[in-house]
Amino acid sequence: MTLILKTEGLNKTYRLGGIVNAKQIQALNDVNITVESDKPVVIAIVGESGSGKTTLAKTLLRLETPTSGRAMVYDTVVAGRGAIPSKKDFLGLVQPIFQNPFEAFSRYRPVDIYLEETARRVAGMDGPQAEAAVEEALRSVGLKYEEVRGKYTAQFSGGELQRISVARALIPKPKLIVADEPVSMVDASRRMIIINLFKRLRDEAGRSFVYITHDLATAYYISDFIAVMNKGRVVEFGPARQVMSDPQHDYTRLLLSSIPTTTSRWRERRKVVAEPA
Amino acid sequence: MIRLNDLKISYRIGGRTVDAVDGVTLIIPDNCVVGIAGESGSGKSTLMKAIYGDIQSPMSISRGSIEYGLTGSDGKPVTAENVRKEWFKTISYIPQSSMNSLNPVIRIREQFIDFPGTDSNKKRVLERARAYIGKLGLPPEAMDSYPHQLSGGMRQRMMIALATFFQPELIIADEPTTALDVVVQKDILMLLMELQEEMGNTILVVSHDMGVHYQVTQKMLIMYAGRVVEYGDTDSVFSDPQHAYTKMLIDSLPTIGDDSMRGVIASQAGGGGDRTFAVEPTLIEVKPGHFVAQPARQRQGELA
Repeated sequence: MTLILKTEGLNKTYRLGGIVNAKQIQALNDVNITVESDKPVVIAIVGESGSGKTTLAKTLLRLETPTSGRAMVYDTVVAGRGAIPSKKDFLGLVQPIFQNPFEAFSRYRPVDIYLEETARRVAGMDGPQAEAAVEEALRSVGLKYEEVRGKYTAQFSGGELQRISVARALIPKPKLIVADEPVSMVDASRRMIIINLFKRLRDEAGRSFVYITHDLATAYYISDFIAVMNKGRVVEFGPARQVMSDPQHDYTRLLLSSIPTTTSRWRERRKVVAEPA
Repeated sequence: MIRLNDLKISYRIGGRTVDAVDGVTLIIPDNCVVGIAGESGSGKSTLMKAIYGDIQSPMSISRGSIEYGLTGSDGKPVTAENVRKEWFKTISYIPQSSMNSLNPVIRIREQFIDFPGTDSNKKRVLERARAYIGKLGLPPEAMDSYPHQLSGGMRQRMMIALATFFQPELIIADEPTTALDVVVQKDILMLLMELQEEMGNTILVVSHDMGVHYQVTQKMLIMYAGRVVEYGDTDSVFSDPQHAYTKMLIDSLPTIGDDSMRGVIASQAGGGGDRTFAVEPTLIEVKPGHFVAQPARQRQGELA
């Protein structure tokens, strides 16, 4: 068994307001998750806005420092006390994918520059090596280098651009990719392309994912483990299928019952009587 | 009842004409919720804008007509020419990402008073508005807030309050819940259904989410590349979809409890590619009230 992700007593408090009457907001409240597996996994973090799931992602990505506690990825401490100091080593281990790919890349630079820079700076490759790595990464997400080279964000659709961000994240061959709402800005008819891509990268390229989402149906579809968050706490955690088919916590049940399914209705719908044309 | 006759809507961009909606003929009955589904670029939003009467350059109706069959606030029938005067009163619009459509620098109550044609007695309007938002599950103080002081769900409720305040005959809701969490989304959709049943009007709901459509609508309209490819009662469309594209929309999204591979067809059929029609897609009535474009071709497993 390999330790893929572990958080120990992770806390994060934000201060809001002035010096005198500052309000404290506990975005993460004693988060303890341990994921061990022989194979790479997808770990879904679900919950409503304000549940702390994005703060957890940011902590894992070192964009926020935890107030207390620590997080480990594949036996390496990445956040909190004793975290590895090198940013380069960290980015070789954990890579991000953000919600809005149009904001992740600058509008004024060709997107392939970002891929090449990742190859040079994070993976430490030289020119020809970097080019080969970019080409390989783009191929693994179903794109050709010629189709991407020299183009700007406005020349791609949201789905294509998100695939390019996945390709960029793959270049340093990270063990864990943290994806924060990766499909919410992508056209609904193209979302499954990204979701299936994660699945394939887990099974074929051996990458693990932390998949942050409020879409429980896709979380069920790709996840091996699931953590349900509410008000900064993890209220339920376990193997995805077990949690979704037999939820123990009331909040998980509430989330599941709020999904609009195509099998049973919340409310009876009256049939519209056909009118003469 | 709204009748669209062979409607073609085009955009003129740099000397080039793009037909976003082409040859749409259909009848939308009174007192029901109609869902409109289709991928980005299928013409859903353009069609909604045209029905709302918000036709501005570079968009234009290049063929066909819209008959409203509605009576305006002045007792005269609503036509394509005077529809703008009926905005908010007889026909209203809940725009996409509408939670960001409230003016951020003025209090909510001022936005109610700003309504075209509101009663000149501001105090009376405000009293009515306060009572009304209470009915929609909002605290009366919300009227005195600025939009940023309310949560996303509250802002969305407020938009629905603004759009339904005058009990319009027709409401167009473009992706009314996309940016919301599932729990809030359910509340908002339940509210919309209750209001519709109370007012007995017609609501057109545009959404990407087939689950939302199944929960809320009574009739479904499926659009693809500017055409209507299927139109019928929601139950009939979901239990017996006729067009390959409709089937794909229903099947492509994952469901909890179902482990089968999803979205494979979506990436092939919906993934851009050739969006022209080999043969003119004409609607054929396959069952009473259930129309589909060219059932013969789609049975061969091709997208018409």
